[in-house]
Amino acid sequence: MTTPSLTEPKRRTAQPPAPRPNKRVKPMARTRRREAIALVLPSLIPILVLSVAPLVVGVFLAFTNARLVRHPDYSFAGLDNFARLGGNALFWDSLRIGMIWTVGVTLLQLAAAMGLALLLNSGLKLQGLTRVLALVPWAMPPVVVAIMWQMIYSANGGPLNAFLGAVGLPSDINWLGDFSTALPAVIVVGVWVGMPQTTVTLLAGLQQIPGELLEAAAVDGAGAWRKFTAVTWPAMRPIVTSITSLNFIWNFNSFSLVYVLTAGGPGGKTMVPVLFIYLEAFKNREIGYAAAMGLVVVIVVVLILAVYLRSQFRTEDRAEKGR
Amino acid sequence: MRLLVRPAQYVALALYILFLGFPLLWLMSASVKSSGELNSLTVNLLPQEWHWENYTEALTRQGLLHSAWNSLLVALASTVLSIIISVPASYVLARLKGKVRAAGVGWILVSQVFPVVLIILPLFLILRTLGLADNLVGLTLVHTTYMLPFALWMLQGYVAAIPTELEEAGAMDGASRFTVLRTIVFPLLAPGVVATAMFSFVSSWNEFFFALVLLQSPENYTLPITLNTFVGGEGRTALGPLAAGAVLAAIPSIVFFSILRKKLTGGLMAGAVKG
Repeated sequence: MTTPSLTEPKRRTAQPPAPRPNKRVKPMARTRRREAIALVLPSLIPILVLSVAPLVVGVFLAFTNARLVRHPDYSFAGLDNFARLGGNALFWDSLRIGMIWTVGVTLLQLAAAMGLALLLNSGLKLQGLTRVLALVPWAMPPVVVAIMWQMIYSANGGPLNAFLGAVGLPSDINWLGDFSTALPAVIVVGVWVGMPQTTVTLLAGLQQIPGELLEAAAVDGAGAWRKFTAVTWPAMRPIVTSITSLNFIWNFNSFSLVYVLTAGGPGGKTMVPVLFIYLEAFKNREIGYAAAMGLVVVIVVVLILAVYLRSQFRTEDRAEKGR
Repeated sequence: MRLLVRPAQYVALALYILFLGFPLLWLMSASVKSSGELNSLTVNLLPQEWHWENYTEALTRQGLLHSAWNSLLVALASTVLSIIISVPASYVLARLKGKVRAAGVGWILVSQVFPVVLIILPLFLILRTLGLADNLVGLTLVHTTYMLPFALWMLQGYVAAIPTELEEAGAMDGASRFTVLRTIVFPLLAPGVVATAMFSFVSSWNEFFFALVLLQSPENYTLPITLNTFVGGEGRTALGPLAAGAVLAAIPSIVFFSILRKKLTGGLMAGAVKG
């Protein structure tokens, strides 16, 4: 039997085929571009139409006076929307509330998740249960999470007040309805939802720290806290930086939880920017104005992140040079 | 001092378990309590009497079952669509080097930080122009688009794990690129496809924001939106059936996630640790 012919592509030979370099599948980079494009195109179309185009249109809208009506008629408004925003105290208030919500949830989430990850990494029992429990909040529909926490916080027969009453603390707090407690209460729910994913990520990072480093520190007489600040935290810094940045954006963008829990109330005390813009666009129907708010909010978030990342990279550089 | 460390750790772990688990326990308990018990001021962790009829009431409740059906349709359709679209693209992403790969990975990262506030208005306008606002097809397309980046990311990881030698062996038998893909790559990708599909299904099943903005007619509502309409007016709502409905809505996600647990954490780890 001779070598299999070109016209019989699927034919298998018993003996190992002789190497024939010109028929090998070339790595993708060297094959014709058309092939790659054909494979990618189906995913490119929806992304271009439903994700890139809206972004471009969104920026464009911010400079118009468009309204959400059946027969839209709009004209260029230049910077009018932004000038108007300057005097909109409610908008700036929502930006301030959004920052408290975002920074609060992100930091508490990080602290709680770091604690849980360290515990899970220290060889305690109950790890399995904790790991499963830790993933449930993340899998649940946000609406269900919100309904659940409304029951927990309920001023009439809610378990939180009942517990506080049982240990002799004030037990008639309307957690989600009171001006002073609404935002902290919503932040706690945000932490509950976001903690699992952060924990999983941090745990993965912890497991990559070489055990010898920690042992060496222990031999040098370092206590738990010293080991954490001298070994664990520096080793985890890159992961913490990336997870914090992502959480910051996710939390800032989150809408469903706050919307279902309080709808921005009481008295606008939990009116985060995404909610504010949603109402401006779909209740007041001022989409040009709402888009301008969106643009301002996005710019603020990007600026904050840039400052944060810069400071993180600086510290890392310094740590490198110090060695 | 040393002796106290372990007990303190267990106390801390117990507090975490309480924080994470108690709300779930409370929801499940509320879903089998009578309305009398739910509205009374005495608070019991476990119901005095078990009222399973909350569940039948939730199921017969106007709109709940119909919107569950809508959710199922949208989640299935967008999952199938996103898989069909992302499998070939993930192959290119994993195998290609250079600018195209950089652009693809860059896009996936950017999509994680997408400003929803800026996207949602034009998205609504575009879909309205296409006649797809307040329409399950429109919602399906939106869900597909927004789960694509993550699906691509997960799948390209699975492709990268397939040794290129296998493809080369196939090609030595004279198979064309598409035959190699069909007979060698796709079968090996199956576990990855299943994991990605489950994740996509859950994302769509849980999704609230796009559905809230796009859907206006109650007959088009998905399950999260219908559940939300029952929330308003505290005290007026029948809490038992609402809790039962919430438990039912959470079941598919939790089942899928418990199956996916290991794979998902692996994938996320890779993304987060390297990113």
